[in-house]
Amino acid sequence: MSSTIIEQGTVEKPHSEKNYLNADHTLKSWLLTVDHKRIGILYLISVTFFFFIGAIAAAMIRYELTSPKGILLSSEVYNKTFSAHGIYMVFQFLVVAIPAVLGNFLIPIMIGARDMAFPRLNLLSWYMFITGGALISLSFILGGVDAGWTFYVPLSTLSENQISLCLVGIFITGFSSIFTAVNFVATIHKMRAPGMTWYRLPLFIWSHYATAIVVLLGTPVVAITLFLVVVERGFGFGIFSPELGGDPVLFQHLFWFYSHPAVYIMILPAFGIISEVITCFSRRPIFGYRFIAYSSLAIAFLGFAVWGHHMFISSQSAFQGIVFSIITWVLAIPSAIKMFNWATTMYKGSVHFSTPMLYALGFMGLFLIGGLTGLHLASIDTDIHVTGTYFIVAHFHYVMVGGTILGYLGGIHFWFPKMFGRTYSEFWGRLSAMIVFVGFNLTFFPQFMVGYLGMPRRYHYYYFAPEWQIYHILSTAGSSVLGLGFLMPGIYLTYAIFKGKKAGANPWGAKGLEWEKCASPPVTENFSEPVIVTGSIYDYNPEEDSKLYENEDDSMLSGRGGL
Amino acid sequence: MSDHASHKGDGPEVYFQYEDIDQQQESYVVGMWSFLATEVMFFGALFLIYTLYRWKFHDTFFGAHEQLNWKMGGVNTAVLLLSSVFVAFAVHFAQMGKMKIVNLFLAGTLLCAGGFLVIKTFEYGAKFDHHLFPNHSFSYADPEHHESKSFWDEKLPSVLQMEKHEQEGDPKNARLFFSIYFTMTGLHGLHVVIGIIAISSLMILIKIKSSLITDYVPVELVGLYWHFVDLVWIFLYPLFYLIPR
Repeated sequence: MSSTIIEQGTVEKPHSEKNYLNADHTLKSWLLTVDHKRIGILYLISVTFFFFIGAIAAAMIRYELTSPKGILLSSEVYNKTFSAHGIYMVFQFLVVAIPAVLGNFLIPIMIGARDMAFPRLNLLSWYMFITGGALISLSFILGGVDAGWTFYVPLSTLSENQISLCLVGIFITGFSSIFTAVNFVATIHKMRAPGMTWYRLPLFIWSHYATAIVVLLGTPVVAITLFLVVVERGFGFGIFSPELGGDPVLFQHLFWFYSHPAVYIMILPAFGIISEVITCFSRRPIFGYRFIAYSSLAIAFLGFAVWGHHMFISSQSAFQGIVFSIITWVLAIPSAIKMFNWATTMYKGSVHFSTPMLYALGFMGLFLIGGLTGLHLASIDTDIHVTGTYFIVAHFHYVMVGGTILGYLGGIHFWFPKMFGRTYSEFWGRLSAMIVFVGFNLTFFPQFMVGYLGMPRRYHYYYFAPEWQIYHILSTAGSSVLGLGFLMPGIYLTYAIFKGKKAGANPWGAKGLEWEKCASPPVTENFSEPVIVTGSIYDYNPEEDSKLYENEDDSMLSGRGGL
Repeated sequence: MSDHASHKGDGPEVYFQYEDIDQQQESYVVGMWSFLATEVMFFGALFLIYTLYRWKFHDTFFGAHEQLNWKMGGVNTAVLLLSSVFVAFAVHFAQMGKMKIVNLFLAGTLLCAGGFLVIKTFEYGAKFDHHLFPNHSFSYADPEHHESKSFWDEKLPSVLQMEKHEQEGDPKNARLFFSIYFTMTGLHGLHVVIGIIAISSLMILIKIKSSLITDYVPVELVGLYWHFVDLVWIFLYPLFYLIPR
């Protein structure tokens, strides 16, 4: 409702017009589509599916931990449960979600192109993603994987479970993200509209460009590493197993060489979303455009030089530890640059708390906590104290859930009118944003405390310290609230796709090609006329733009529209 | 997807997402180079593994490498280099638009690639016969104990010195050598097979004058890939067959 307040006289077209959604209705037209927008929707459906599998595993973990002795699962099943949670969430959701859904949908539109550079490759990458997901699921159906998502050797080479099948699935998913990244790089380099220079690109594009570089250079390394584990299991080649002459720590080095940059694959696209959302709802041009753009690239490149901070207690030398620790501290600088720039963008802006903005502000708060506790872990001595405890678990959930998922949800809410041409209920949107924020903190803040007290991760009982039960109960209660917060957008957004109010081309009064030159939902060719960019895209004006929202609060309170 | 493509006159086909043929060709080349960057990192991890273990077990690696037939490897290197020359000519003639000659040179490349695989099969066969395939049947006796001095002997950190001393002449280190050898040459061989598939499909498409091949870019892309495969072998050959004392 509130999102339709701004009357847009520009792109009001009759709704009988063909767009990418109603161009063709057959299932075949969806499964064989080469349209980047439809592929984005296919990804949206599939990552949501995998997210809910991972979430069910998380719920089982939380339920198990409400009792000091464990009440639901045996040790072995518990190992498989947290492995499933990690594998689905990391490889099938977090790494893929923002680039493949919002990136696919928006990158060509934002740079003024008709499609990705390689549309068929784009479709192929979706099929590979589904194949990878199917193989991972098959491995869990056939007996499960109990080595965690990190697959440390020699556990993963000795385990009797379906690890090879699962690793093949992850390998295929990895190549799906490589193909997406190849597409992004070629598209951003070569498909920009006339006048769309590098410094006029939306920051969303810059952060996806940085992400694509990390994917291109990092993913093949983990692919070959996991492949070597499969070879070791299948043929008895001994590259990592000590009894065959190999070095298990080498596996950790190679694994984290990808898997640390992988957290930047997850968070950088979220940074891009936040830059767009904060700017739009503060009605001010982004502060320090080039600093934000270059800090994305700095994070991408520095991210490759910090992997050793996962291995302070492995056999790496103290000197290595110090070097990795220092570089990790340096890496905090570009992240902080972004935070300060967003805060400065809001300063003297006309800040408006729409649903996407609530998610963005939640992101900033939670990412701040996640980032600062990251510095605790970057220092060798505090890290050694809390390694392998719930402190680590809480830290990376603050960054991954509080950062990536809140960014993803904010982005979905922000571009929802563009994707489906409808608006969702602002009331339910704001409510869910607040429930997610509260539920999240309730879930993970107690984990910081119990982790600091010494609760080890990957344990399904803590009978040796029953006084920790209160923290676990709080955490489990919070996870129920969080689950409700995640379920609500699933319901009201699905409802809005079919029954929501029609949105104009630009319901937020936002800037950028996707809002100003493109209908909602876009036509198959994205633009009805050739696009030429003549100026900066962030020309917001707080004084004038604040009028856009004058009547907003009335309609909000009148409760029109309901669900 | 011909329904998305539009023909503009007699020139090459421009797909609907591109403004003009230049943009299309440049996009393809950028995409291929990005993919090759991925491939470099893919093999790069293996080269790193090789470097570490050779640094650690230099003597064993020297002893084990004498089991490899450097003459066969050398012939294979020459064969692959020749195939790369053929590809370079094929790209040259594709740019001139002489597609018949292109197919001739691509056939030459295929011949070389096939020859490479045949020689490789003989080499692998010999390793299986000598129980050097690093699975449970592996057996290896260091023929004579090499007291070889290497540059790294004094430079190793003390931890590694101890480890090296303990594991001196341990056959499992030779097994490590053959594990890496089979993994790397095997993956390289897989890339050769993929290259053969790509080149033969390209030749068929040229032969039937498919609408997919209207200019030189497909030949150039396959050529880039093939040069990469060749380049990997240029590094593999000296690293495995020509280890100095």
